[in-house]
Parts: sequence; structure tokens; C-alpha cells
Amino acid sequence: MEGTALQTGTEGKTWGGGEKSPMKASYGKLMMWFFLTSDALTFSGFLVAYGFSRFKFADVWPIADNVFNAFPGLHGVDAPMYYVALMTFILIFSSVTMVLAVDAGHRLEKGKVATYMLLTILGGAIFLGSQAWEWSHFIEGTHGAVETRGGQIVQFVNADGERMALSDFVESGSSERVQYERNDAFWFSSDSKEIPKYTIQEVKNGFEANPDLMLRMPNNAAEGEKEILSRKASMDFLMNNGEQVVQGANLTHNEYGPPLFADFFFFITGFHGFHVFTGVMINVIIFFNVLIGTYEKRKSYEMVEKVGLYWHFVDLVWVFVFTFFYLV
Amino acid sequence: MAQSKAVSKKANKTKKRIWSVFIYLSIITLVEVVLGIIKPAFLVENTLITLPFLEWIFIILTIYKAYLITWAFMHMEHEPKGLRRAVVWTALFLVLYLVFILLIEGAYVYDVYKNGYIEWNF
Repeated sequence: MEGTALQTGTEGKTWGGGEKSPMKASYGKLMMWFFLTSDALTFSGFLVAYGFSRFKFADVWPIADNVFNAFPGLHGVDAPMYYVALMTFILIFSSVTMVLAVDAGHRLEKGKVATYMLLTILGGAIFLGSQAWEWSHFIEGTHGAVETRGGQIVQFVNADGERMALSDFVESGSSERVQYERNDAFWFSSDSKEIPKYTIQEVKNGFEANPDLMLRMPNNAAEGEKEILSRKASMDFLMNNGEQVVQGANLTHNEYGPPLFADFFFFITGFHGFHVFTGVMINVIIFFNVLIGTYEKRKSYEMVEKVGLYWHFVDLVWVFVFTFFYLV
Repeated sequence: MAQSKAVSKKANKTKKRIWSVFIYLSIITLVEVVLGIIKPAFLVENTLITLPFLEWIFIILTIYKAYLITWAFMHMEHEPKGLRRAVVWTALFLVLYLVFILLIEGAYVYDVYKNGYIEWNF
């Protein structure tokens, strides 16, 4: 019966199976790598979908510098990208402490592994906090805008081309709208969660009363600049097309541009943030394992290396998100 | 004694590599941020395959950063060829394919909106 066994002629060679493993990696590490490959493809799918929508709406896509230009504590100062640059540094640095932890693990230095792991966890937590701030800032909005019937977002600028907030020129009148409830009408299900502070009529009145205000349109005038209408054209456009006031951003309306922009922002940075969050959680578990000496007993810190791979991957993804969301 | 000396020498080399990669990454990020803030006119006006030079610079620097992180921090440089190719080539091929097909489609839909008969900006 032995004669029926298949002979491939590769016995003892790399692909012949048996003792030698071609990848020279443990099962866990190999699977972590393959998981990361598939996760990288998921993120590529999201980012390329973003690219697709951006190419599709190339003329009306918001310019990142006009959207992400806030910094905590610097109210009203135009600070494009400073904040994301800071977040990037935080994440890169936590990657460095992670790789130092892995390195210390190779030399079985328990104390150092624990210290570096703790620093990594700290960096991750700071990053998550920064992202929470950025989200809340994005959701609350800064200046407010008006949406037209066709879903275009028009913003307000003064004679110098600086963006003006609605609160700068609109006076809140008596026409306050009440929030409707489910039981106010038979077929009514729900009102929008937050009613804008001003009605469209008040915005129009305020705009008419301030002759130096103009409209900034969503479409590009030149590379990196949006078209600004003349005062007369602005008046005509706002009076005829202004449909509703938009303050801040959610999944259906946002004051920065097409709703798709906010959708992708929430989805991609959210999915990345979720990865950071799980990364921090896994790091915490491994950190405690280091403390109680699990890996000391095993004489191998490979678990630290494996979560390290995941953590670096999170940093890797952020590098791409940073480029495609905030730079280009 | 001689053995522990060799070990510490190797450890020093690894540490040096980690910190130098950190410095490269920081410098590249700084360059990106500075370029993104000043946006030199000649880099914005001149384009190559529909993208301005500036965006190509960002993309190339990003890929270089990704290479540094994968090779140095994730120790890909110490892995055997088989593992490296299984991971990197797979991702690279599929991502390039996705980018190619979807960006061309996006540009096409843009043309349809712009020159076609669809009025979406009413």
C-alpha cells in the first residue's frame, strides 16, 4: 500500500512541507500578517471609494484647508492642518514606543517592555481624545451655511474673502420654530434632531442688511480656490435658491460641502478610530500579561510582537488617511 | 562575555535603526505639512496625468512612509522573501487595480455630469 503514496519530488525542499516552514513564522504571526493584508484591502476600498466620489464631484469637493483649520484653544484662527499634523506625530511616536517594547521583549527585559507598552497605550489614548475633539468640532460646525434646493452649500464671506459666521450678521427674531414631537400629528414620525438657531428668512434679512457680505460657492474658481459671487449675484442667488440653514455636519447635511464628504469623513476616520480603540484595548490586555509575567514564564515575548504588528498597521493606515483626507 | 558583548552591539544597532526611522518619518511629515500650508504655485499649476505635482509628491512621500513603517517597525526587512511577497505583492496588486478602475470610472461620471444631459445642480 505504501507504493500509492504520492511522491512530489519536493521532499526536503522548501515547498515540500514537513519540518521546514517556508515563511519561517509562527502560526499566530503569519495569521496576523494575513489579517492585516485583508484589513489593508478594506481600508483601500474605503479610501478608493472616497477617491471615486471626489473625482465624480471634482468641481464641488470641499478644500481640506477650509474644513480642518481649527486648533483647540485658538478660536477663529486659521490653522490648517496643525492639528492633524500633531495627531500624526502622536501616532508615529506611539509606534516608536511599541517597536521599542518589541525590541526589549527580544532581550526578555520585562520592566522595559511594560514601560514602553504603557507609553504606547498612553499615546493611543491621546490620539483617540484628539479624534474625539475633531469629531465634535466637525459636528458642531463653525460658521454655518445655507443649502439650496439642489443641495448646494453656499457659505458667507466678507469683502476680504474671510468666512463669516451666521451669528456675526443674523439677528435671531421672533420666528422661532418649535421642535415637533411624534404625537403632534398622526403620520408624523420625527423632526430633525436639532433645529438650526436661525430661520432661512432671518439669514436672508441679515444678508440684505450687510452690504459687504458675499457668497462663496461650492465650485472651484481655480485650483485650491472657491468661486466668490459679486454682491449683486450673491443677493439674487440667495434670495432665489436659499432653502435651509445648515449648522455643523451630520450624515445628511453638512456646512462644508456635499453630504458625501461628511459621510466619508465619519466612516473612514471612524473606522480607523475604531481600530485605534481596539488596538489600545488589546495593548492593555498584553500590558497586564507582561506585568503578571505570562511571557516571562514562556521565555518569549512574541505576543507583544504580534500586537505590535497590529499597532503599526493602525499607524500605517493613518498615514494614508492623513494624505488623502487632509493633504491632497 | 564576548557573547553578551555581541548581543548588546546588535541591540544598539536595532535601537539606532528605530530612532533613525522615527526621525525620517517626522521629517517627511513635516515636509508634507509645510508643503501643504504654503502650496508652492508651480507645484500646484503643473500637472502630471491630471494630478498636480504637489499631490504626486504627497503620494510618493506617503508610500515611502508606509515602506519605512512596514520594513523597519513591522520587521518586514527581517522576514523571508516568501512572507514578504505574500503580504506586499497581494495588497499592492489589488490596491492598484482598485485605484485604476474606480478613479477612471469617477472621472468618467464627472464628464457625464458636466457634459451630458443630466441636470443635477437645479
